[in-house]
Amino acid sequence: MEHRFSLVRRITGFYIEGFRNLPDWGGKVWIIIIIKVFILFFILKLFFFPDFLKSKYNSDKQRSEYVFDQLINSTATHD
Amino acid sequence: MIENIDLTLVNWSRAQFAMTAIYHWLFVPLTLGLSFILAIMETIYVRTGNEEWKRITRFWMSLFGINFAIGIATGIILEFEFGTNWSNYSWFVGDIFGAPLAVEGILAFFLESTFVAVMFFGWNKVSKKFHLVSTWLVAIGANLSALWILVANAWMQNPVGMTFNPETARNEMVNFWAVLFNPVAVDKFLHTISSGFLLASMFVLSISSWYLIKKREELFARKSILIAGVFGLLASFMVAYTGDQSARTISKVQPVKFASMEALAEGKSNAGLVLVGLLKDSDKKIGDRIMKEFSFRIEIPYLLSVMTGGDKDAYVKGIEDNVTGNDKRGVMSVSEKIRRGKSAKKVLVDYKMARITNKTEQLEHIKAILNDKNFNRDYFRYFGYASVDKPENVIPDISVSFYSFHLMVILGFLFIFMFAGALFFLFRGTISDNKWFLWTLLFSIPLPLIASELGWILTEMGRQPWIIQDLMTVSKGVSQINSGSVITTFILFVILFTVLLISEVSIMVKQIKTGPRH
Repeated sequence: MEHRFSLVRRITGFYIEGFRNLPDWGGKVWIIIIIKVFILFFILKLFFFPDFLKSKYNSDKQRSEYVFDQLINSTATHD
Repeated sequence: MIENIDLTLVNWSRAQFAMTAIYHWLFVPLTLGLSFILAIMETIYVRTGNEEWKRITRFWMSLFGINFAIGIATGIILEFEFGTNWSNYSWFVGDIFGAPLAVEGILAFFLESTFVAVMFFGWNKVSKKFHLVSTWLVAIGANLSALWILVANAWMQNPVGMTFNPETARNEMVNFWAVLFNPVAVDKFLHTISSGFLLASMFVLSISSWYLIKKREELFARKSILIAGVFGLLASFMVAYTGDQSARTISKVQPVKFASMEALAEGKSNAGLVLVGLLKDSDKKIGDRIMKEFSFRIEIPYLLSVMTGGDKDAYVKGIEDNVTGNDKRGVMSVSEKIRRGKSAKKVLVDYKMARITNKTEQLEHIKAILNDKNFNRDYFRYFGYASVDKPENVIPDISVSFYSFHLMVILGFLFIFMFAGALFFLFRGTISDNKWFLWTLLFSIPLPLIASELGWILTEMGRQPWIIQDLMTVSKGVSQINSGSVITTFILFVILFTVLLISEVSIMVKQIKTGPRH
């Protein structure tokens, strides 16, 4: 048990030390990653990219019926 | 009932997906290739104990890190778009897409949180050998991660190993190995990763040339050119070989795309391979589509027949054969495919009616038809054609297909000469004296990226109007959402991507100017 804790401590320490000693470019790219992930998941995903079928229908049965209807509806290609 | 399709919605959804995919692909091939170059450099360091190789590895690793970090999560946007803009398609593909993408996600997370960390944080903290193994695992893992995405994309080009379940309106995987070893997937994977190796080699070559031009870090630059030159030359041969294999497979599974990329309106024997050509509108029409002909071309006689049929007399099918059909050559017409697609759709309509009226016996009978192998082979595989109103609508944009393919091939051959030239001058000891060559290498840095993007343009534009070959058209796959919201997110992405790209380039340029640490 103690051995396991020691391993976890060593791994945690490895990451902490790694982040502490980031080179100049490393700090900058981490800031970019954090901003980017925030924009993607907390702005774009939440406000602009709802799951169309999940937001419109409550169950998989309804979703499959909707898609089935879309498949058998007559639509013409334009491409 | 004929539904009106909002063309603005379809086109903006396509534009948004294309723009996101092109942007995402700016980062991926460099990660795929540079990871192997790092592994090779570090292997030399571990085997020789020469500290200069460690310095070289660490410098290129810093550029790898910048690219990797900026590229992280750009692919997730494509998944957002699947759910919002392409919900019919996402639902219809079912677990065919879900399973490979889940494997990719798990692999990428495991890789990124463990071995990438060891690679960057582990210098002097873990043993040399463990660090080296981590670097190799990052390279192998990144490339395997790409495999699953490419398997999913290959299924869209050549859907295999699945059956359609009318109860869920989804395709279900019945043969994982058929999906994994889909000939399109095998070709696509090998061609894509080798193009990544080539791109990364050119990246190393170009930046090393800059150091030689500036008379800085000359030993570092020469050693880097040696690795990139050899790796890049091998990669460019592999790209040529796998590209040829890929074209042969396309000629079988996507014959209209193949004929379009060769701008071959009419089929013929003794067909020559066009090396360079300019297209113009022809007098010939298929339906209301104007065909193209060459106003100028340089071709190698008979080669296309030899490459596709193994014989100079072999007949190469043209666009016309594939659209109007050619009984003599065993080519089914699109009109016949439309008829079969409509028959398959009729079965689904009957299924729907039987479900509404609760006719259990009829429902079971229709399910048996849908599970029948012959029905799937002869009818359901053409299901998408039920949405094609005119046979000529299956012809993609010929100019886009032709030019993207030929420009990619021309660049591919140019790269062979560039890598060979770099090694030639390096071994003669005159590389620093040939400034013109160094400048050429430096300005060639975006060329592999352009070639790589052209390859994707051919892949995706060349299979229009299909989102899933023969099964679903792009118009059928799109969600019925407000086109205004798609335009808004398109603009947001342009801004976000431009800012990210400028950030990456500026951080990278600063790091290059700083140079390897002493």
